[in-house]
Amino acid sequence: MKVEHVSNSFFLCDPSFTFIEVVYHSALQGAAPSNHYVRRKHVDFRLPPFLEEQTKATAAMAKLIWFCLKCILLCSTIEAVFEDQVGKFDWRQQYIGKVRFSHFDTHVQSSKKVLLATENNVFASINTRTGELFWRHVDMTGPEGNIDALLQHGQDAVLVVGDGRQLRSWDINIGGLNWEIVLDSGSFQSACLVGYQDTVKHVAVLKKTVISLHYLSNGHQKWIENLPESETVDFQAVYSGGNGEVYVLGVVPHSHIAIVAYSLDDGEIIKQISVEAPWLSNIQASCVVIGQGMLTCVDSAAVSLYTLDLHVQSQMTQIPLQSLGLEATPGFQPVLVSTQPNPARPPLSEFFLQLGPEHHLLLQLNSGQIVTLRDFKPAMLVSFATPGEKTVAAVMSPKNKTACSLNLFSAESGRRLLDTTLIFNLDPNGGKPEKLYVQAFLKKDDSVGYRAMVQTEDHTLTFIQQPGRVMWTREEALSDVVTMEMVDLPLTGTQAELEGEFGKKADGLLSMLLKRLSSQLILLQAWIAHLWKLFYDARKPRSLVKNDVTIENLSRDEFNLQKMMVMVTASGKLFGIDSKTGTILWRHYLDNIPSNAAFKLMVQRTTAHFPHPPQCTLLIKDKDTGLATLHVFNPIFGKKSHVTPPALLQPMLQSLMLPIMDQEYAKVLLLVDDQYKVSAFPSTKNVLQQLQEMASSIFFYLVDSNQGKLSGYRLRTDLSTELIWEIVMPTEVQRIVSVKGKRPNEHVHSQGRVMGDRSVLYKYLNPNLLAVVTESTDLHPERSFIGILLIDGVTGRIIHEAVQRKTRGPVHVVHSENWVVYEYWSTKSRRNEFSVIELYEGMELYNSTVFSSLDRPHAPQVLQQSYIFPSSISTMEATLTEKGITSRHLLIGLPSGGILSLPKMFLDPRRPEIMSEQSREENLIPYAPELLIRSEWFINYNQTVSRVRGIYTAPSGLESTCLVVAYGLDIYQTRVYPSKQFDVLKDDYDYMLISSVLFALFFATMISKRLAEVKLLNRAWR
Amino acid sequence: MSRILKTSILKNPPEVLKLWFSLRCLPVPLSVNMARPLPFKIAVVSTVLFVVCTDFVFCNSGRRVGDVMDTEFSGFSVPLEHSFEVADVAKFRVRGALMLKAGREPSVSLTQSQLSEEDRAKLKEVAAVDGLYRIRVPRVFLQADRQTERQMEGYLTAFVRACAMVESHLSDVISLHIDVSGYVIGVSIVTLPGACRGTEVEDEVDLEVFNTTLSVMAPVNAPGPETALFVERMEQESEKKGKNPQEQKSFFAKYWMYIVPLVLFLMMSGAQDQSGGGAAGGAANGGGR
Repeated sequence: MKVEHVSNSFFLCDPSFTFIEVVYHSALQGAAPSNHYVRRKHVDFRLPPFLEEQTKATAAMAKLIWFCLKCILLCSTIEAVFEDQVGKFDWRQQYIGKVRFSHFDTHVQSSKKVLLATENNVFASINTRTGELFWRHVDMTGPEGNIDALLQHGQDAVLVVGDGRQLRSWDINIGGLNWEIVLDSGSFQSACLVGYQDTVKHVAVLKKTVISLHYLSNGHQKWIENLPESETVDFQAVYSGGNGEVYVLGVVPHSHIAIVAYSLDDGEIIKQISVEAPWLSNIQASCVVIGQGMLTCVDSAAVSLYTLDLHVQSQMTQIPLQSLGLEATPGFQPVLVSTQPNPARPPLSEFFLQLGPEHHLLLQLNSGQIVTLRDFKPAMLVSFATPGEKTVAAVMSPKNKTACSLNLFSAESGRRLLDTTLIFNLDPNGGKPEKLYVQAFLKKDDSVGYRAMVQTEDHTLTFIQQPGRVMWTREEALSDVVTMEMVDLPLTGTQAELEGEFGKKADGLLSMLLKRLSSQLILLQAWIAHLWKLFYDARKPRSLVKNDVTIENLSRDEFNLQKMMVMVTASGKLFGIDSKTGTILWRHYLDNIPSNAAFKLMVQRTTAHFPHPPQCTLLIKDKDTGLATLHVFNPIFGKKSHVTPPALLQPMLQSLMLPIMDQEYAKVLLLVDDQYKVSAFPSTKNVLQQLQEMASSIFFYLVDSNQGKLSGYRLRTDLSTELIWEIVMPTEVQRIVSVKGKRPNEHVHSQGRVMGDRSVLYKYLNPNLLAVVTESTDLHPERSFIGILLIDGVTGRIIHEAVQRKTRGPVHVVHSENWVVYEYWSTKSRRNEFSVIELYEGMELYNSTVFSSLDRPHAPQVLQQSYIFPSSISTMEATLTEKGITSRHLLIGLPSGGILSLPKMFLDPRRPEIMSEQSREENLIPYAPELLIRSEWFINYNQTVSRVRGIYTAPSGLESTCLVVAYGLDIYQTRVYPSKQFDVLKDDYDYMLISSVLFALFFATMISKRLAEVKLLNRAWR
Repeated sequence: MSRILKTSILKNPPEVLKLWFSLRCLPVPLSVNMARPLPFKIAVVSTVLFVVCTDFVFCNSGRRVGDVMDTEFSGFSVPLEHSFEVADVAKFRVRGALMLKAGREPSVSLTQSQLSEEDRAKLKEVAAVDGLYRIRVPRVFLQADRQTERQMEGYLTAFVRACAMVESHLSDVISLHIDVSGYVIGVSIVTLPGACRGTEVEDEVDLEVFNTTLSVMAPVNAPGPETALFVERMEQESEKKGKNPQEQKSFFAKYWMYIVPLVLFLMMSGAQDQSGGGAAGGAANGGGR
């Protein structure tokens, strides 16, 4: 945080639009068609038939003129997109998140569907040919919408949602809901389909204390039974082998297994046995049922398998792995994988045993004996699939460093099937394979073909076909974007060359001349190449000329509307996305990211300093330990920079970008550790010297919300810090929930507002101002409150302190220019409210040339007004433009998926309650307590953006245009024009008309000049 | 020489000033007719008052040494400490004692001694190297009944540039900010004037006595949406409309007698045009044939 200078520039009329206009013209639009009707009728009635042709032409002409007139009127005011503009400046990408359950639709041959249920509480169906969504259902966030189980039968998919709260059945063809029922409370354990005599009609849901059976057709409950001894026994699994019995398996840890068999018909307990198993603690983790009801468990301590026939035995049989000639990897918990292709029949007697991270075994239970069918080593992932009658096993094993091979084996015999090798190339910038889903099918000649979906650690889904063709990939990491930045694209090679020429150091006259010549030669070459390309392309038919965006042909466009979006996701994967098309241009997976990491992305060097590559730094901090690492990379290509970041050994408290640069134009990043020592990156001699010179004007603040402490520090010349101010909020009364400063790249063009009487009200533009929001710890609706403090970040002076009583959070804050807008929940009136605070210096500026926090003795005037907002909101951000001339809008992400662009002029504490002549002069809107949501303010029209978590705004090269990216489960990019496109000619601008008029005038002048000359000559002769 | 500045504190800073104003200077009923607060006007008025008041304090503070201890000080006192060191390592020493009066309307006053010669020299020295002048007060809770509960661990600190302190001749404005429940959460200090222009302060006497303006700032109640007023206004408007139904008429209802002939005229003339044009076109065509 630095005391910055604010230039004393003036621009006192904001080009803001008047909202009344829009209403007026849309009314006109509605009235228009009847006009045509009347006119044409009239003509038909009056004219003789032989003149009809001409009449039509004239009528058409009149219509055209009418239409033109209307167009001119309408185009100038309407803000919404036209139908043909849909998708022209915006795009949306829909994601689902990390996959938890997946089922291929097998009930129809040649089906193209795969059902996916994800950790983000999304249930979706994806086209296996293209990777596009057929349909998607987004449930509530958090545990209420958590998908516990996904079962598929025929064209029904049964989901257990919200810790067993709801049971839903979906039609997988169209994604429609068949039925939904609410289950009794109780924590969910397990669910399975129950079949009898080859038909599956029921689903069993096991909870902590009860088991219930429901019809698949309508969800009605067939029976519900309490589990015996549920206080002591931990029931965990439910199993049905298709013989009319439902088995519930429970365990008393380190004591015994309890097995209860229920009758399918009426829920009567047929049998109840308990078996000694002192080594067992969790059935789901270590046991499976194979063959004809044989419970098989694995115990890592005794290195043995245990089997138990559910129907007869009352004792477990121990089979030491050693007797099978096997050895387990020490420290690895062995895992069993079985398969039950048809719920109406018992599971297969073949199963997988995983003994090490890369060691799998295909075993078979053959008349009580366990036989090894095949030993797979190394094998990372295995999976069963059943095309038709026979089941196959797919095994993925590493081939070399960059590729894996997949093979199919017959599950019955363990023999390898011919021609089933598939090569899966590992992305060097991706993670390791984590899960394997196989879609096997029978070809015409009865041989088995298959496709595989591989999920890697970076949440990428890759769908591959033999012999290794990637059909599609989905970057599901993008469903959880944490932070992002937009970086200008580099100049084209030629532009860069020119720039570079001026950037280089001058060594002498001759060398400079040579440089100039060489760069001009390069320019000439590029121009010729461009001409050649134009000529070449012109010969080709239009459809063939494609302009695919690749990393090679990336360059900045004329108005800097196309940028590189650098997105950081929670999984630790970084993406570079072209903002114009949404194409992913690069990706980079950072492994060993802690699960609770906090990310901060900073642009250290932009593309403006040509010979030096642009540079971004990502600070990754473990929230628990505070230890941080830095990842330095080139934001255009995604490559890791060769600049080595400093190793950070101490836990980090704060990082801040300074406006000072080193010799290579990289901004200096200051890192403050928990000893309050500061280190700089880059830390060259030049930087350290600059820091020493400026140390006394470098201030920063730290927030400790646990202790409610805000403290300010100043840098010393030896890079140590000193505490200079301290504010302490009592934590027993309120806690700090957010601290918002202003964006460093924000420009404010006008320093004041012109009042109705032509005087100027100056804004209080303190670049160091912080908006601190607190929430009361007392949550009683009568006593709860939120507090807003405006604090100067340099001096620690509390500029303004306000409490909003009988309210509570979550509070969303936007802090910009001289205003703070926040949104909260009013517990008194039970509604969402917006409040705006504006700060003014008064009618004269204290010091109009420089702003210094250290020299502003007078407190600003504070104006505040509140409004009712008819919806809750998810996130909020303000538009940002290059020079700050354009009026501001607030972009509000609503839970409904809309992104609302609300003009800031509606949130203006100077809106008068009673209109006076002066306020009318000022264009103020009279105060109305309610803010309306107009449907034309939705910038994403019908493109719903699910679960918006953040909105990022970036200025473009055009003053009127602001680039917007909304991210959440989906990503949506668009442009907004808060004051309309006042600096852009329209698409349908009539160049022809203007130029022809110009030419005509030019010729007319020439001719008249000639005529005048002739006339003068003639007069002279007279 | 010691001096006390007393302020009684209400909820809003403007009111503080107003009260102060009316108490000390002119017994004019200024703090009335504010039943309907117009925030902007208040702000303007308060700024004016602020300027007036500060001036007033300046001119008077030197002379009002005599009437020291007020009887109402049933409150408690905490030390106000300051520190100014050339080495920029804070060494806090007692500057004065803050007398805090707890209760619903907390007030504060300050007893402070003047600067010693040694301190004056040091302050000038610190100002010369652009050092800081810091103050701190212990964290206190104004609403508690017992003394032990009032004081808490830790301090609240603030600073100004030492040169500003010197150049303003020790004229500082100190505010204690309290939160809703009465905890002091922050302290702030500014000098008047606030700038460091590098003017030499020759006269040592100027640096002897602190000229302190002191206040307690309580949080302002942020306004909620003004529905009642709006509804009232709407009702008034509808009443007005109800009274003279002439104005209630729509644009069309009012001016139909002008519009209808105009439209009729346009239609007629348009038809004439077209039939005429058509006929002419037809004639031209016919002529061509």
